[in-house]
Amino acid sequence: MNKVYNNRAWWLILPMLLLVAFSAIIPLMTVVNYSVQDVFDAHTRFFTGTEWFKEMLNDPSLHAALLRQFAFSLIVLAIQVPLGIGIALIMPKSGWQASAVLILVTMPLLIPWNVVGSIWQLFTRGDIGLMGWSIRELGYGYNITSSPVDAWATIILMDVWHWTPLIALLCYSGLRSIPDAYYQAARIDRASRWAVFRYIQLPKLTNVLVIGVLLRFMHSFMIYAEPFVLTGGGPGSSTTFLSQSLVTMAVGQQDLGPSAAFSLIYFLIILLVCWVFYTAIMNMQKDKNQGGV
Amino acid sequence: MAQITLKSLAHSYSPNPAGPEDYAIREMNHVWHQGGAYALLGPSGCGKSTLLNIISGLLQPSDGQVEFDDSVVNELPPEARNIAQVFQFPVIYDTMTVFDNLAFPLRNINTPEDKVRQRVAEVADILELTPLLKRKARNLTADEKQKVSMGRGLVRDDVSAILFDEPLTVIDPQLKWKLRRKLKEIHERFNITMIYVTHDQLEASTFAEKIAVMYEGQVVQFGTPRELFETPNHTFVGYFIGSPGMNFLEVAIEGEHVVSGAVTLQVTPRVKSAVGRARSANVKLGIRPEFIEVHAEPVEDGMEARILSSQDLGTYSILQLRLGDITLKARVEEDQRIPRDKAYLRFPEQFLGLYVDEYRVELEHE
Repeated sequence: MNKVYNNRAWWLILPMLLLVAFSAIIPLMTVVNYSVQDVFDAHTRFFTGTEWFKEMLNDPSLHAALLRQFAFSLIVLAIQVPLGIGIALIMPKSGWQASAVLILVTMPLLIPWNVVGSIWQLFTRGDIGLMGWSIRELGYGYNITSSPVDAWATIILMDVWHWTPLIALLCYSGLRSIPDAYYQAARIDRASRWAVFRYIQLPKLTNVLVIGVLLRFMHSFMIYAEPFVLTGGGPGSSTTFLSQSLVTMAVGQQDLGPSAAFSLIYFLIILLVCWVFYTAIMNMQKDKNQGGV
Repeated sequence: MAQITLKSLAHSYSPNPAGPEDYAIREMNHVWHQGGAYALLGPSGCGKSTLLNIISGLLQPSDGQVEFDDSVVNELPPEARNIAQVFQFPVIYDTMTVFDNLAFPLRNINTPEDKVRQRVAEVADILELTPLLKRKARNLTADEKQKVSMGRGLVRDDVSAILFDEPLTVIDPQLKWKLRRKLKEIHERFNITMIYVTHDQLEASTFAEKIAVMYEGQVVQFGTPRELFETPNHTFVGYFIGSPGMNFLEVAIEGEHVVSGAVTLQVTPRVKSAVGRARSANVKLGIRPEFIEVHAEPVEDGMEARILSSQDLGTYSILQLRLGDITLKARVEEDQRIPRDKAYLRFPEQFLGLYVDEYRVELEHE
């Protein structure tokens, strides 16, 4: 046998390599580069090892921001997921009403983040904002610039308004894909409305819900523009979330080393939570008695 | 336990049906007796699934009545009719175990838990699902799933009828046979009315005592598999049942003879007078390929035909024949001598059917 060795085919992976380099490796490595050095100017830099990481992990203001961030994401998920499912269940299934409702529901998703922040900033003003003014007229001293509770409630309400439609749309498409025979069989089995939801609709929604919850978790964990425009992180630092702390550090104070270390930690937290969540859901679906009895 | 009666039943999906072609089910009267095993056989789109859904109550008929025993159930939803339905694709509750699936219809009517356990154990035993009871239903194979959905129909002891809508579509061929046996066994044991929709004549005839053949929204014949084979009531039944289907020759009287196109047919005087009596332009004689007498040598009253092809199917052969300008199929058993090129055909009178306007007419008319 005469085998000709020709390794020129390796060049064919070059485009892929370039693509991955520009999309992931180069930007990420820049951050890694900064996170282990202290950079003064273009020519002066010192290797610092894990120092920035230690500093970031021990920073109490970041601990607070991290806790706030988790609280925010969990509250938002706890409201949006059930609400989204509920909306999907009552949305009309056919005819012009279905199209009309679909467009109405989708609307908030099309608005850019900082525009959402501006809209709510105006909406909640005590003097000219419809919501702010109405609540004050009802006798409650609503003020997002002085009351942390008001600020939190407003940010959550804003996020629910902006992103519940995503869950609703995902669930709506999930519900549409359930064959009629399931509902017919359930009627013949005399299942209650609740049983139909619990044993037919919810199981068939699991897949879209996994996607929905992952997306919403990542989104909400990275939230920046809306609270920044609405409250600026205040009152005090009560609505300062992780990304805002990061921007203040990186852009405001030009602390490139610490903020690079912080970015990596931030990224790893999101990765870890998503992995844990995904694994948990997939395990729930597994059959404990699989492979014989 | 119930007798199901359809009284001048008709159904149209359009709100203002103009003619008979707008009807998925054309007006029919039919009785399904208590405890019978029936099949509803017909090609796709003939209305058999529509009819099944009307019986189960998933669909409201636009005309006529559905009666269970003596009460009209038109207005009753499926849950109030005490029927069970098994669908084309297995419907199971994914997240439940097999046990919970089977228990579901009982728990929905608040059956005491010890009764539930007892019934589920019984049904699981018959369906051979006992080893699977603790498994999650989503991990079962298609035939196991279909047995589970069948089982959900059997657990309620007040079920009056089980309706099957092509339940073996997704089952592997070697398992189909087993499942059909199971169905028969269940039928014998429980004495439940069963109606089985299918487009497969073999499935219908192995399962059912009586088959209703549907064509264009009508039941064109209701009879035992043997009756459908030997005396099809309608040309469609002739075509549809049997493999290959029945031969039909358009006939007319010309002078002293019965002719089909340019061919003079050798038939008995009784057939001839029956053809002569028919007051229609659409008169056909039908004969099954199995019943055509094929001779290699000239015989008395034999009609000479050319052999176009012969297909050997093991224990028998199918001959394609040309009689004048008519193409016929005939079945020849393996012990018979298969002629070459030329054959002499006879149509025995007892196997010859006369069809006027597509419906069978008896020969004996005085």
